[in-house]
Amino acid sequence: MTNLLRTLPALALLAATLLAGCSTPQPWVQPYERERLADPIMQFSRDSLAEKHRDHVYTVREGGRGATGVQGGGCGCN
Amino acid sequence: MLRRIGAALGSLGAGLAALLGHGAARAVDLPADTAEAMVHIYDGGGVKAVGPALLIRKNIADTVSLSGTYYVDLVSNASIDVVTTASAYHEMRNELSLSLAYATRDSLITLGGSHSQEPDYVANSFSVDVSQEILSGLSTISLGFTRGQDQVGMHDNPSFSDSASHWQYRVGGSLILSPRWVASANLEAIADDGYLGSPYRLARVFGSFIHENNPRTRSSRAVKFRVIGDVGEAGARSAVHAEYRYFWDNWAIRANTLEAGYTRYLGDAFLVDGFGRYNHQTKALFYSDNAPTETTYFSRNRQLGTFNSMSLGAHLSWNAANVPGKYDVKLHGSWEIVRFDYQDFTDIRTGKPYAFTGHVVQLYMTASF
Amino acid sequence: MNLLSTLLRPAALCLLLLAGLAQATPTPNAPAPDFTLRTAEGRNLRLQEQRGQVVMLNFWATWCGPCREEMPQLGKLYERYQGAGFQLLGVNVDEDPAAAAALAQKLGVKFPVLLDSAKQVSKLYELNSMPSTVLIDRDGKVRFLHRGYRAGVEQTYDQQIRTLLKE
Repeated sequence: MTNLLRTLPALALLAATLLAGCSTPQPWVQPYERERLADPIMQFSRDSLAEKHRDHVYTVREGGRGATGVQGGGCGCN
Repeated sequence: MLRRIGAALGSLGAGLAALLGHGAARAVDLPADTAEAMVHIYDGGGVKAVGPALLIRKNIADTVSLSGTYYVDLVSNASIDVVTTASAYHEMRNELSLSLAYATRDSLITLGGSHSQEPDYVANSFSVDVSQEILSGLSTISLGFTRGQDQVGMHDNPSFSDSASHWQYRVGGSLILSPRWVASANLEAIADDGYLGSPYRLARVFGSFIHENNPRTRSSRAVKFRVIGDVGEAGARSAVHAEYRYFWDNWAIRANTLEAGYTRYLGDAFLVDGFGRYNHQTKALFYSDNAPTETTYFSRNRQLGTFNSMSLGAHLSWNAANVPGKYDVKLHGSWEIVRFDYQDFTDIRTGKPYAFTGHVVQLYMTASF
Repeated sequence: MNLLSTLLRPAALCLLLLAGLAQATPTPNAPAPDFTLRTAEGRNLRLQEQRGQVVMLNFWATWCGPCREEMPQLGKLYERYQGAGFQLLGVNVDEDPAAAAALAQKLGVKFPVLLDSAKQVSKLYELNSMPSTVLIDRDGKVRFLHRGYRAGVEQTYDQQIRTLLKE
């Protein structure tokens, strides 16, 4: 039992390095291939004020809310 | 015994550090310095809400970004509820939000607070958001929490005073699928406690109007999937986006929302968008247009009923000035036509199910410097 | 059991090193892969022809913010050491070469801009960040590799160029 515990640090290091080899895969999109993704039209959120307003228009008129990416406070808009 | 476990954990931690430290040292970008000014207009169903909104965001020492938003809503309310059960009114709501974003190697931490004030409602909230890049920047994971506290009052009734508390928990992730496609998924859980209705709104039970009675707690979940793809060519960039949200809560409301849009550059200076939205919701358990039985909770709030809302909109932006590396100014205009069709809310003036068409107009300027 | 534990530690360390190497890009002191690219002016330029000079390869793109910030600094380095046997080559990976040439002119770039829109050279150098800067000595060996751009790193570039020029 004590022998197993003594090898535990080395085993843990081994497991971590093996996992390191597995779970950081080679990126499937290289940094120099990100040209199109850098364009503002590829953003999920472009103009924050406009989105905040649009989200507000729907949230006060519908029962559904959340998961929109707009962090909102409340209001008494009933 | 503990020392050995400690040593094992220590080397596991070293392994994890090696894992997370892989790849180049790369900094997450702080949001760019921006100034935005907007006039927003909503007109529909007898409600007119217009007002200005301002946003300023500035980087300090390239590690911290401060931003402030000021939003005003001037509301003229002659909606069907107001017109049939009360009289039209005008009201002004002011909202101020501040936030601080801090960027480290691959993560962005944002702290925010907001204060919204109208004559009969004060809402304060505080939020924390953390987003972390993983997989060499191909994916971002984010977590967020917002805590809100509201004070509810009533116009001509100073003796009415109540409060509402809110907790919002967000988790999301985005993933670059290919050089042209990005996808994201978000989940948000919201819990509310306190006075969740409106002291002015009436419900109808056995044909007569009485004040509504909403539950004092609500727990909701929403999950949203989004995808954006670049479908243009090098000369004329264009993108298409689609999103789907499913919402459910413990008031038995279920909502499915679908949005899609197309964006395209026109020449060097113009950008045009077309978009549409469709939302279908089924009613809350205690909602009724005219309750035939007596229940503990009852509401005739059409926001909680069964309805469809559909919209179509377009947006145009013009790049007024562009000096690369110095500043960039764009002017925008957006117009969206939205239609609400209620299935279980009748217009008591006509006896038919209520429906209305509204317009959402935004005129704004964005500048980055 | 004791033998096992004594073997495990160095074995684990070896694996750690290997895992690190799996992600490596041009390793220092290895010869720099040769390539030929067209410049923005239209003539062809080959890396091998620069042997005998200290070469700095800077991989950049118009859509990359830090790359644009770095450009003026690189221009200053080019002006300072050009006469001493230093060559700076800007390798651009934009899909649209015209945009690259236009931005280079706007930023007042004097050093040659090579167009790698097919991204062959970027793949050859196994780059994993934008911008990337590679310093090659007079014998054509890769000596220093910089990933990304941070304000102030141009001091390090300056020192490293001087070291290589002295050789």
